[in-house]
Amino acid sequence: MDSHTIAAQTAETAQLEHEHPSFLHHHFENLAQQREASTFGMWLFLLTEIMFFGGMFCAYLIFRNWYYSAFVAGSHTLHIWAGTLNTTVLIISSFTMAMAVHAAEVRHRVPLLRWMMVTILLGVGFLCIKGYEWHDEWVNHHVPGLNFSIEEFTHVNPAYPGDKPLAPDMAERTQIYYSLYFLMTGMHALHMIIGVSILTILLIKARGGAFTNGHIAPVENFGLYWHFVDIVWIFLFPLLYLISRHQ
Amino acid sequence: MEQHQHEHHHHLPHLEIGPSEPTHTPLRIVSPKTYLIIGVILLCLTAATTAISYVELGVFNAVVAIAIAVLKASLVVLFFMHIKYSSKLMKLTVCSGLFTFLVLITLTMSDYVSRAWGRW
Repeated sequence: MDSHTIAAQTAETAQLEHEHPSFLHHHFENLAQQREASTFGMWLFLLTEIMFFGGMFCAYLIFRNWYYSAFVAGSHTLHIWAGTLNTTVLIISSFTMAMAVHAAEVRHRVPLLRWMMVTILLGVGFLCIKGYEWHDEWVNHHVPGLNFSIEEFTHVNPAYPGDKPLAPDMAERTQIYYSLYFLMTGMHALHMIIGVSILTILLIKARGGAFTNGHIAPVENFGLYWHFVDIVWIFLFPLLYLISRHQ
Repeated sequence: MEQHQHEHHHHLPHLEIGPSEPTHTPLRIVSPKTYLIIGVILLCLTAATTAISYVELGVFNAVVAIAIAVLKASLVVLFFMHIKYSSKLMKLTVCSGLFTFLVLITLTMSDYVSRAWGRW
């Protein structure tokens, strides 16, 4: 028996004794159980994320209540078109990610790669629009601690001629609005950057044939993460951009 | 070599647990058509919430905006995140997380609302 034959036999035996796919871990009875356990774990992680973002939403609501006119004036300086466009981009990216999970479920490699690539592009598109808005806020001296001036708030905003100019002490409070704005959109953007990075790694693995052999858990769990980040934006958008338009 | 191979041919008795067991939920593939319909509804709701923000509704501007956001998030959780098609364990996990979150928000807010009660 030469070494090649032995190697071939060992490989055959290995397949016989493993009557389950290589990605099924031994402490699970079957794939359905493993899948349920991994989805459960992912949801527990997402619940901690809800608490994390929830704390910031809570702080936003309390400070908005305290320094109402400052928050209204701050909100009036945002571009609603940019927020709406970004919401649209993120919702479409959630749809394309759902389609990527579907492609993995039905084991179609090329559609999986395409949907993942479109999702990455939409994610980057979101970050570009967000970057444009941040740049605009920098130019207009709306960045607390780094580049801030109350100038704009002690005068009438031309886009909102009905607004009364703020008293200097209240105008200073717009910094709290912008601090929370940068904290919340920044944390959201950080999640987007992490998401785009992980999705790029998954895309490279999927090119080699991963995730279309029945092992869909990484793509599925990443999908949950991506949709969660979408949901955070679904709440950030009305709170930061919309609800103060009329006061 | 022979001996080694034979050792590995033992088969563990398989536990007979059917798909009705809570940890053995079979994979339900959601159709692309469903995803498309939900995606279009989400885009329509986005257009609606932006349009409504231009209408003067007083305090209801915030109420309507948050209600639409909750509706959109529910659609994402139920369909894109498959909770509608998931096991009871997963449904309960999501609900208990949201419930805990609402308890924390409600208690915190009721403290801020009632701290100076009657001294407005």
